[in-house]
Amino acid sequence: MRADGEVILEVRDLVKHYPLTQGILFKRQVGAVQAVSGISFDLRRGETLGIVGESGCGKSTVAKMLVNLERPTSGQIRYKGEDITKLSGRALKAVRRNIQMVFQDPYTSLNPRMTVGDIIGEPFEIHPEVAPKGSRRQKVRDLLDVVGLNPEYINRYPHQFSGGQRQRIGIARGLALRPEVIVADEPVSALDVSVQAQVVNLLERLQDEFDLSYVFIAHDLSVVRHISDRVAVMYLGRLAEVGTDAQIYEHPTHPYTQALLSAVPVPDPRARTRRERILLAGDVPSPAHPPSGCRFRTRCWKAQVKCAEVVPPLEVPDWFREGGGGSTHESACHFAEERDVLPPTEADPG
Amino acid sequence: MEHQEAQPVLLDVRDLQVEFRTRDGVAKAVNGVSYSVGEGETLAVLGESGSGKSVTAQAIMGILDSPPGHITGGRVFFRGEDLLTMPAETRRRVRGAKLAMVFQDALSSLNPVLSVGAQLSEMFEVHEGMTRKDSRAKAVQLMDRVRIPAARERVGDYPHQFSGGMRQRIMIAMAIALEPDLIIADEPTTALDVTVQAQVMDLLAELQREYNMGLILITHDLGVVADVADKIAVMYAGRIVETAPVHDLYAAPAHPYTRGLLDSIPRLDRKGQQLYAIKGLPPNLMAIPPGCPFNPRCPRAQDICRTDRPPLFAVAPGRTSACHFWKDTLDES
Repeated sequence: MRADGEVILEVRDLVKHYPLTQGILFKRQVGAVQAVSGISFDLRRGETLGIVGESGCGKSTVAKMLVNLERPTSGQIRYKGEDITKLSGRALKAVRRNIQMVFQDPYTSLNPRMTVGDIIGEPFEIHPEVAPKGSRRQKVRDLLDVVGLNPEYINRYPHQFSGGQRQRIGIARGLALRPEVIVADEPVSALDVSVQAQVVNLLERLQDEFDLSYVFIAHDLSVVRHISDRVAVMYLGRLAEVGTDAQIYEHPTHPYTQALLSAVPVPDPRARTRRERILLAGDVPSPAHPPSGCRFRTRCWKAQVKCAEVVPPLEVPDWFREGGGGSTHESACHFAEERDVLPPTEADPG
Repeated sequence: MEHQEAQPVLLDVRDLQVEFRTRDGVAKAVNGVSYSVGEGETLAVLGESGSGKSVTAQAIMGILDSPPGHITGGRVFFRGEDLLTMPAETRRRVRGAKLAMVFQDALSSLNPVLSVGAQLSEMFEVHEGMTRKDSRAKAVQLMDRVRIPAARERVGDYPHQFSGGMRQRIMIAMAIALEPDLIIADEPTTALDVTVQAQVMDLLAELQREYNMGLILITHDLGVVADVADKIAVMYAGRIVETAPVHDLYAAPAHPYTRGLLDSIPRLDRKGQQLYAIKGLPPNLMAIPPGCPFNPRCPRAQDICRTDRPPLFAVAPGRTSACHFWKDTLDES
């Protein structure tokens, strides 16, 4: 566990609202899609923070704000103490060098008309101070080697590669400027199972080799557990629960986390009968009209009047503070309580 | 408890072969696939992209893109009659009423310019000659059956007005409308979020029990398979490499590819160290390696694997494996 590193990224009360407008000539705002509604977390050096959530929960919007592809409506993202949301020009460019992104779809995130060498070398055009012109080809070859591709492929085009190989190219591009933080948005979800394992192992090896911090965004809870030191669960623009992987998976205290975990199919047919399923009713509400109070209350079996009136803060619940063991982690629920929802493992009797 | 071999066989696929003739060459997508499903039984067909699992289903349903796809051999018996040789009109009638299919992507499988009510009631008008009014009532009933809230108010809505999970329910409603004997579901929950996936799989399982339907579930998800299947066929490069009852397969796979797949998935219920990664890539279907198609990626490969194609060896009752070294693989697990 690398929880002892310095804090490299501090996110505070991050909000992103997309305005909904009406009218063509005289546009007026009639509402807002509240994609992200005030989330805070820290990322430490060398750590992997996993962010999980279902589609529409705002996890990709968070990713875009972290790499400054979207400007937040309010809130701060402090990189080594400096708020990057206010930066522009040269200062922003310098920060961007250190926070890079790996995208989900290896088919659309690489320009089909550029060679692999040009794709991976393009960051050097923007940041020429990293690699002088003469040394760039060699740097690209080294990068190909680092991500496990043959350096001879430098003049090939993306279509000549498989999905897994293309994702390696995307990772090489992300590594080119030797960043400190990599934001990976669903980096393995488009890949087949056997190839997915190769890319996950590559990401882990690179983290050790280059002392990288990862923000790893995914909907696959098994992959997130495997790769993350800490996990944040998102629901409808807010964080529901944050903790170490063992706290979140073995001692979940938020009802949404519990429902989410209980719904994931486990590759073990014996789990069918030995496992409790929490089936949620209905769909996620629209982020344009989120419920008052706790956003999960419309699907929650524990919801009471209080949940509609008071937004539950993300904090360690009082009753867990002393002697709560695994449950002493932040959970945004008025009625947080621990519930074991994973199937018993082989070691357990029964 | 899941060994219900006595169930009458519904669908029996024998030595099916499909190839795609393209400008660049011939891709052998399905190379001698055989499997069968009984009434009330769930067969999971497991494989990665390009393994031929969907093409097999399309050939069974008679919806193969042709050209470039051609069925070059094999037979598909449905209740003893060969679907591939029967006259087109007869086949169409069987397919409409007895066989149904659920696709992965409900948004592109439903007609965007017709209301869901119109698409559901059309089935009853065409196949059962119902009147407009009766068929409309049936459509509402069906939507209720797949638990779409406020079905009566929503019957006139268009596909884009429903969420992904609701659209998949409408697809399922269309599939069960004529109470078929067999449903083929091709990655029915892959595009859905996990909480919604659980709802949809539950619904499918419940309807299957109610109507005693056979179900072929095509998927790449080892978790979903473990949850619902009675038996499994694992496909690789257009071939079945292993078949087994679900409990046996997860307890001890008899093919190195299955072993590799099981070892390469991260687990929700425990934190592992490094993942096992099957080396290399699935083969190009235009140049499938001689011998065992898995040999270039197999940790167990010997000379014989590079020259002799392994047949499906009988491993145990109801279990087969296409590996020369199935015994060693089984012993190791």
